Amino acid sequence: MSRAVSSPLGKDLVGLEGLSADQIRTILDTAEPFKEISQRRVKKVPVLRGKTIVNLFFEPSTRTRVSFEFAEKRLSADTVNISSSGSSVVKGETLVDTARNLEAMQIDMVVMRHGSSGAARFLAERIPSNVINAGDGRHEHPTQGLLDLLTIRDHRGPIEGLKVCIVGDVLHSRVARSNIFGLLALGAEVAVCGPRTLLPVGIEEMGVGVFARVEEAMEWADVLNVLRLQLERMQGGFVPSLREYNRIYGVSRARLDATGRDLLVLHPGPMNRGVEIDSDVADGPHSVILNQVTNGVAVRMAVLYLLAGGAPDKAEAAKQGGEA
Amino acid sequence: MRASPRMPLMDDAAVRRALARMAREIVERNGGIDGLVLMGIRRRGDVLAALLRDEIQRAEGRPPPTGALDITLYRDDLAEVGPRPVIGETQLPPDGIDGHTVVIVDDVLYTGRTVRAALNELMDWGRPARVLLCVLAERDGRELPIQADIVGRRVDVPGDERVEVLVPAEDDRLGVDLVDPGEAR
Repeated sequence: MSRAVSSPLGKDLVGLEGLSADQIRTILDTAEPFKEISQRRVKKVPVLRGKTIVNLFFEPSTRTRVSFEFAEKRLSADTVNISSSGSSVVKGETLVDTARNLEAMQIDMVVMRHGSSGAARFLAERIPSNVINAGDGRHEHPTQGLLDLLTIRDHRGPIEGLKVCIVGDVLHSRVARSNIFGLLALGAEVAVCGPRTLLPVGIEEMGVGVFARVEEAMEWADVLNVLRLQLERMQGGFVPSLREYNRIYGVSRARLDATGRDLLVLHPGPMNRGVEIDSDVADGPHSVILNQVTNGVAVRMAVLYLLAGGAPDKAEAAKQGGEA
Repeated sequence: MRASPRMPLMDDAAVRRALARMAREIVERNGGIDGLVLMGIRRRGDVLAALLRDEIQRAEGRPPPTGALDITLYRDDLAEVGPRPVIGETQLPPDGIDGHTVVIVDDVLYTGRTVRAALNELMDWGRPARVLLCVLAERDGRELPIQADIVGRRVDVPGDERVEVLVPAEDDRLGVDLVDPGEAR
């Protein structure tokens, strides 16, 4: 009877793995009206007024942290930022102790970036606050996956049946994993392309194709999601040199033009211009990289809003909308 | 289950007659249609606002600028009800609402909480010179000091029935019903 739904996502957003197509579509559809709020003169709605959100960043991040912070503030939540440098984490406190201390100050949500895969689920299972994963190790970065899906849908219509190729350092990439789970759930065909040293062993078992040559990937795909070569993780001799990587796998204007096809190019940032992507692509007509950034705020607003709902039993008692 | 869980209060023709009168009242209150803006509350208020706009155009020769408000994010019951995944878009007329007479159009005035939310949202969008409230059906049960300026029909509700406004875009007919509790729309 009631049209009201209580938190269609459950308590936390740890990853896109395991979310249904309906749940993902709900987030993307909810993000649509939130885009408009950022265009207003007063960029604020009162929906999360009185909620306290802690942004707990154990790894450096500018884009994601700022994007979450804008999302939180535009929904009128109160926010606190904690980064690992300058916090008691460097003094040896455990993750759970840090979180419990925050909880003792009556918080409602934690947005966490952490270097260890699985840290978000670990925390989510131990504290009653909502936990949103803002990237954990090589595991997942679900809001990045969602904003990529939203950007693709904005420019190419329904995700179902689209061919999307993820190019580059898939091995170290939580963005790649969230993209693969989200795209497959919505019915896209997914492939990866990169040097074998940067593709996880057994990636085919996730249900994705593999291209060895970027030219072949470009012939096949409707959408390229170009990943950052994580230079800070390249001590292991994964690629001979950055110049060689660019020569073989770099997404260049010449390669795009040679396909004669209208490919959409995404990049999660920050870009290494001249390594995985050339400037004439990043700044060119194929690129939707800045649309991704804009959509990031809307998607994060949608996730915060959907998670912030009340308990399920209360939804039953809720009266129907419509009457004033 | 009772014999007739749904009792019609106004049929298509009755609603259209009421809207024609309400349109005249709106124009009269504003002294013409200069500076007039209609803002319908989603969903159903925006449909009624479009019907009022058409009535005003018939009478005055041109339509007043018309927009739509979605008040989902201004509700005060998120903690009780949980998030509503479907949020509509708020659409302002091209010239905005600053300095205009804004007529908020809704289907039923009951607790007044929707109107409170709509007023807050309007104030975030700009500074209207004046705000009027126009509803097709009004019933008792106010929880806030809010009253309508232009009313289609005042309805006495004897028990815990609901007053439902039906519009073609949502319910495939135009009308007002008194509905037994337990009967979903």
